[in-house]
Amino acid sequence: MAEAKEIKPTGKVYGADSVPQIVRGKRLQWEEAQNCWVILYPEGMIKLNNSSAEIMRRIDGTRSVAEIISDLKRAFPGVELDNDVYAFMEVAHEQQWIRPKPAQ
Amino acid sequence: MSNSGYVPNLPNKPLWLLAELTYACPLQCPYCSNPLEFAKYKNELSTDDWKRVLREARKMGAAQLGFSGGEPLVRQDLEELIAEARQLGFYTNLITSGLGMDEKRIKAFKDAGLDHIQVSFQASNEEMNNLIAGTDAFQHKLEMARLVKKYDYEMVLCFVLHRQNIDQIRDVLDLTVKLQADYVELATTQYYGWAYHNREHLLPTREQLQRAEPVAHEFQERLKGKMRIFYVVPDYYEVRPKACMNGWGAVFLTIAPDGTALPCHAARQLPGMEFPNVRQHSVEWIWNQSPDFNRFRGFEWMKEPCRSCPEKEKDFGGCRCQAYMLTGDAANADPVCDKSPHHHVITDVIDRAARIAAGRESVARPILFRNPKNSRALLEAEAKQPETPQPA
Ligand code: SF4
Ligand code: SF4
Repeated sequence: MAEAKEIKPTGKVYGADSVPQIVRGKRLQWEEAQNCWVILYPEGMIKLNNSSAEIMRRIDGTRSVAEIISDLKRAFPGVELDNDVYAFMEVAHEQQWIRPKPAQ
Repeated sequence: MSNSGYVPNLPNKPLWLLAELTYACPLQCPYCSNPLEFAKYKNELSTDDWKRVLREARKMGAAQLGFSGGEPLVRQDLEELIAEARQLGFYTNLITSGLGMDEKRIKAFKDAGLDHIQVSFQASNEEMNNLIAGTDAFQHKLEMARLVKKYDYEMVLCFVLHRQNIDQIRDVLDLTVKLQADYVELATTQYYGWAYHNREHLLPTREQLQRAEPVAHEFQERLKGKMRIFYVVPDYYEVRPKACMNGWGAVFLTIAPDGTALPCHAARQLPGMEFPNVRQHSVEWIWNQSPDFNRFRGFEWMKEPCRSCPEKEKDFGGCRCQAYMLTGDAANADPVCDKSPHHHVITDVIDRAARIAAGRESVARPILFRNPKNSRALLEAEAKQPETPQPA
């Protein structure tokens, strides 16, 4: 299991307006046999914990980080999650799960 | 297998399914790991058989699927199988030489949901490539590599290195830079099947490896962040074996073109096994119940020095096929291990490779290209006089 908190992100790539997308060649899906969400990539599989999965599921290449955060807040009212989401974006970037979409 | 990122503590599931769709192949690579007697297996699984295998394996938790062969593009139902696999939720990999590919097909694969393509090359320049591959395939491959990118796949190129081409490693890497590859695997020849037969021609010398390694590292350093380069030393030059297949019947399931189920694509040659066939059995039975898949599971089957070795959980005693081919007993330690009393068979082969390369000794038999004619000839020869491995 790739634990999000093990890795220290080195830089700050994602702001409120950044639009993250899952990188080419990786795929997020619910894996019944593992009973969790996973990221599939050539010859491998990363199992996601619940909070990582909730964020990853909302990364679709159209929503900005701010929109993802407000969506999460609707789903989990009362939870303070801004910092966690920003931190996750950096970690997921480091892990090469996601990339920011280039500005149009 | 090169970068298996599997979580090691997963329960016992066939996570990785290798579908060898056919033994047919337009190339004749002398380092091919297909069985020498491939010409014997003519009865390929039908489209419906494959679909059932995919469904059953997926239900058991298989997530990764490799289409290989032979050359999987020979199968005209490949598009259909990809679509089925993808719909079932597999991560679908196509492992191909690129022969038989054109833009129309690659587009169809994309539409069917293919996730990933790996194109294999024989060498960096046209002559060497044509020599090694035994056919005029090179220009076409370059074209295919470009098409892969055009259809928004990562460009993943695999070069199989051996004594005849390893000195061109710089040319190989220059070519991959020119092609703007994303990932390059400098695969070392694995000595099974045809490659084992041709080993005296293929095993690089220690000096060659000492020259090649810094070049690989130089490119790795230079291309950091742009292109990933995977380079491994051939296991013959190691003192510990590879954790072959992550253990027998642990994560890998290979289905051969005729439906034979194998814990590893080289296992077909092991004696005393009657590997089950998906035509007669469910994938579930094969994986969980069949005697052959249980044969080398766990550690009970081990002999010394593995049995009492603290490293056995790390490498599972290495490769059963290599143990069989080189020591005559599949339950022995892989002789790559320097704790094995048979380790000298490896060092002997290495020493002989050096003498051959220096022109002091000559190879025992000419290089044999992998094609149906040679395969049939070997079968006929074997019918007269069975070829068994020489116990060391
Ligand atoms: S190694 Fe060469 S001959 Fe063997 S299946 Fe692959 S492309 Fe064909
Ligand atoms: S003795 Fe066997 S288990 Fe120990 S390191 Fe060697 S091959 Fe592995």
